[in-house]
Amino acid sequence: MANKILAVLEQREGQLKRSAFETVGMAAKLASELNLEVEAVVTGNEISNINDIGSYGISKVIHLKNPDFENYSSSGYRDAVTDYANESDADYLLLANTSMGKDLAPLLGVKLNAGCIMDCVNIDVSSGNLIATRPVYAGKALIDVKPKSAKIVITIRPNVFKPVPGGSSSPQIEVREISSPNLQTRVVEFKKAEGKLDVAEADIIVSGGRGMKGPEHFDLIEELADLLGGAVGASRPVVDAGWRPHSEQVGQTGKTVSPSLYIACAISGAIQHLAGMSSSKYIVAINKDKEAPIFSVADYGIAGDVFEVLPALIEEIKKIKA
Amino acid sequence: MKIAVCVSHVPDTATKVKVSSDGVSIDPTGVTYIINPYDEYAVEEALSTKEKLGNNSEVVVISVGSDKSKETIRKALAMGADSGVLLKDDNPRDSFAVAKALSEEIKAQGCELVFCGKQSVDYDNTITGQLVAEMLGYSCIPVIVEFNLEGNKITAEREIEGGREIVETVLPAVLTAQKGLNEPRYASLRGIMTAKKKTIEEKPAADAESLTEVLKMHLPPPKKAGRILGTDSSAVPELVSLLREEAKVL
Repeated sequence: MANKILAVLEQREGQLKRSAFETVGMAAKLASELNLEVEAVVTGNEISNINDIGSYGISKVIHLKNPDFENYSSSGYRDAVTDYANESDADYLLLANTSMGKDLAPLLGVKLNAGCIMDCVNIDVSSGNLIATRPVYAGKALIDVKPKSAKIVITIRPNVFKPVPGGSSSPQIEVREISSPNLQTRVVEFKKAEGKLDVAEADIIVSGGRGMKGPEHFDLIEELADLLGGAVGASRPVVDAGWRPHSEQVGQTGKTVSPSLYIACAISGAIQHLAGMSSSKYIVAINKDKEAPIFSVADYGIAGDVFEVLPALIEEIKKIKA
Repeated sequence: MKIAVCVSHVPDTATKVKVSSDGVSIDPTGVTYIINPYDEYAVEEALSTKEKLGNNSEVVVISVGSDKSKETIRKALAMGADSGVLLKDDNPRDSFAVAKALSEEIKAQGCELVFCGKQSVDYDNTITGQLVAEMLGYSCIPVIVEFNLEGNKITAEREIEGGREIVETVLPAVLTAQKGLNEPRYASLRGIMTAKKKTIEEKPAADAESLTEVLKMHLPPPKKAGRILGTDSSAVPELVSLLREEAKVL
């Protein structure tokens, strides 16, 4: 019989990420629905916002601490979290489906002999058993999955489960110094992409397609994205042509995204692209061709010339932001 | 050094997904299958690493699946891999059970360096490479866009949110390939001809229990068609007001 959920949280540069609070919120919710104990565990050195965990519903936090944990080390984090998961006899481990979560979850799965259900967009426990739903084929379909192992590692898709802070309780924080961690595999440097927001983490995405006619016209896309506090996305042809980096590609061989707002500029909407973005909450399409498939998933469309519409949209947004 | 590449035979990304009558998988009728796109980068990296290491190296391609997976193995052989192994299983397995079969074979073959695609574009699970590494006790760096091997030391760059991590580790290791790692070579006519003569060893995949079970596959609810607000910039004010007042996203 299951007894405990462990939320395994991610910090970068000494700060818990937004996805960490989503994980806390989901773990707390599952624990209350299943009547289980819940704890959070975070691996790192100094963590400035660790107290915030309390207001998202978890009152006990284990901080696995070492100066070398400032940067990610899959071997070091894996061993530290595995030891704690074994000691505390946790049944469910919950992580965010970020780069770190995708790396760490399967390593923990093997160590704990736990099946892995990745990138969940829904977790249903109403029957008393856990059934998780996750997208496959880049979102063209979904599968409902149940664990067959006694222990299970689950990752949740970022941006889907919005955490709601409630109250301001300070959590009980237990610091454990980890001596001589296993640093066989470790990050030695992080090269930050010039202060830009990543397309996978953005709440608003402005994306450009081949109809932008050249890399030089992406300054319009960048300007609108900046104004909205969002990220720049791109379609596959644009990335393959070398106009934009692959890290911005949205679609089946790029990133699958679900922001609150996705603005598709001069993107026709190939099936691979639609798969990667159609779970966005609101979609705006601007495209000359009113028959373009992108309009079949768009909430609002303007069937016009992107070079005429985009500057007007930028001006209008400037007005409301002023 | 013996280098392994794990490949997967998957529906083309242009596939329109329909759920099969079994209710848990896709209907394969009319679907074209291809080598998983990320596996092509893995094959290329294995081949170029072999070329750098010189004569004593070889590349073995391994796949878990039905007879049809031989097509994908053949494709990797045509690109230049030396031999292929099909670990046969006609039944679906979860990533855990696939990784178990792969890791047993990699161990038997004595491969110290393993490349996989960072995910297969069917189940998008993103974990098979890491599972294989952990089952073998190998190091692992997933989602790489740069790879360097000096002696037994590996330096790789991996793409993460908002930038790149430079990661160091040592052999034996599993790396999973992201788009941008390299430009996969095309199979030459000679390569295709030679591939036909190369043997694909077939054996049953090692027994392994799946730790998860798919209960149901379903399609996302269709999006209701939206509104076209106009054909030029005169529609912009209405668009912005809808985004503010109806969608409440601005």
